[in-house]
Amino acid sequence: MTGVIVSIINGLLLGAIYGLAAIGLTLIFGVMKVINLAHGAMIALGMFALYLLVSWLGINPYLAVPVVGVGGFLMGFCIYWIAVHRVIGRAELMSLLATFAVSMIIVGVGTVLWSTSPYNVQVDMPGLSIGRYTIPGNHIVAAVVAILVAVALYLFLYYTRLGKAIRAVASNRQASELMGIPSTRVLAIAFGIGIGIAAVAGSLIATLFPFTILSGASYELKSFVVTVLGGLGNPAGALLGGLLLGLIEGSVSPFVSVSWTPVIEFSLFVVILILFPAGLFRVGRGR
Amino acid sequence: MMIKRPFFWMIVATVAVFAIAPLVGGIGVRESLFLAAIYMILALNLNFMIGYTGYVNFGSIVFFGLGGTLGIFAITVWGWPLWAALIGAGVVVAGLALLLGLGILRLRGAYFALATIGVVEATKAFVSNFDPFGGSTGMYISFSAYKPLGGAREALWVAYFLLVAVLGISLLLSFWIKRSRFGLGLFAIREDEDAAMVLGVKAPLFKAIIYSVSSVLPAIAGVLFFFKNGVIQPEQAFDLTLSIEAIVMLMLGGQGTVIGAALGGFAYEQFRGYLLTSSTFSSFHLVIAGALLLLIVLFAPGGLIGWAHERWAITRKVLE
Repeated sequence: MTGVIVSIINGLLLGAIYGLAAIGLTLIFGVMKVINLAHGAMIALGMFALYLLVSWLGINPYLAVPVVGVGGFLMGFCIYWIAVHRVIGRAELMSLLATFAVSMIIVGVGTVLWSTSPYNVQVDMPGLSIGRYTIPGNHIVAAVVAILVAVALYLFLYYTRLGKAIRAVASNRQASELMGIPSTRVLAIAFGIGIGIAAVAGSLIATLFPFTILSGASYELKSFVVTVLGGLGNPAGALLGGLLLGLIEGSVSPFVSVSWTPVIEFSLFVVILILFPAGLFRVGRGR
Repeated sequence: MMIKRPFFWMIVATVAVFAIAPLVGGIGVRESLFLAAIYMILALNLNFMIGYTGYVNFGSIVFFGLGGTLGIFAITVWGWPLWAALIGAGVVVAGLALLLGLGILRLRGAYFALATIGVVEATKAFVSNFDPFGGSTGMYISFSAYKPLGGAREALWVAYFLLVAVLGISLLLSFWIKRSRFGLGLFAIREDEDAAMVLGVKAPLFKAIIYSVSSVLPAIAGVLFFFKNGVIQPEQAFDLTLSIEAIVMLMLGGQGTVIGAALGGFAYEQFRGYLLTSSTFSSFHLVIAGALLLLIVLFAPGGLIGWAHERWAITRKVLE
């Protein structure tokens, strides 16, 4: 019984990170109706950025995480102007392909630089023991950081001028332009924030598991599942969706072989998308 | 009516070239054209959804992979002959696609695109865990399966010519649907689904039918591909990258046109082959393909054929 509870706790801790990764995806969709297929590539890039900072400069991994976030923001800001700006407001296919092209370029360059062999970041953190079981310390810290970042984003979106501008552009771009908000610049900033969050999520995952340049893809798919659980374009829902996905993974894993979890996840994904396209949670939605 | 159009004879000529070239050029040409034909079939059938109906199917590869899995299962485990496996895989996949289509085609735009990705991943995960299909290691075809066709070497030629036939059917079907009343209904859905329904187009039925139609030939091509390959693994059969590459082919040639889809598939295979074999570019092939895709999306969204149509009005009359 303790084993099941520990497994559920572990699942929830991971779920917080899935939630954070998905927030980056859902923020971008919510603001500019673009599904960012470069999301996984940016998560992978966040992993490698942390690896490089830790192995070259020798700084503490957790101190490197904010640096990765800022780097991700700047990169996202540039990607917006190069690839996304021209496809905003055009057919979905165009924005999907433009971001996928960015993903191909990043993964291609990454493969040349680091090949596809696994890397890992060494983190020493005392774990929490419950009976025979241990909850690894790095999982706890990563989950706490993930939740803190999510809360910070919430405060930013609701209590700062820029955050309010982002929400205004998301709900009606023309009206916000009439109110004097430079909507194009706001979109670029929102895209940068979304990418920055993806990179932070990637760097947190890098403190937990070994990774390759291709690892981003599986977290991108998990982010899709999470966003659909929480409702596309709904950041608060994404965090809850992430926790729910973690809960499902944690409570299923003691009973079924791990390889079956994707079957359950993706079947659930399709079913929920068909039955509840607005997501399971209706929190923080003005509309 | 179709015979009178010049485009019909272009299709006949294309199929003839595919059939004759390897007889002259040998096995190397055959291998290259086999892959080109697979790509062209995937692009042409994906065109039904993206180009004709305006629904972005990101998971078209699921038909190819599922057809291959079912067909190879029938051949290796039940000992079916190749022709029966081809028909069986086509029929079963079409039926499943029809049922699935009635569900997921209620979604539009980005939601539909996400759902199709979910379908691929769910199917891949299921097949990797389903022991009768060999689990994650997949299935191998023993040499005895090639015996009825006169041995392994002859079987490869048989697979090639059958694939060329599938390519020919794909081209004719694309042409016929484009010229038919049904096709007109699909174009109406693409332009404005709600308006089309007001005017009496049975949109849900039309969409489900075209989704199912677009699944049959890729399923058959999947059986042929993995029959020739000799082994099928879920990772390779349900490769989401190939699914997206099929969209790239379509964009390259020009979505919504028959010749664009075919040309895009062919050109992409040649281009990819060149990048992979060239010593300077081989490690950068993903980067170059990505940059090319970005350029097409940003500056020439109509693809090669869209560009030609814009420049020379005459091409609109001849190239479908």
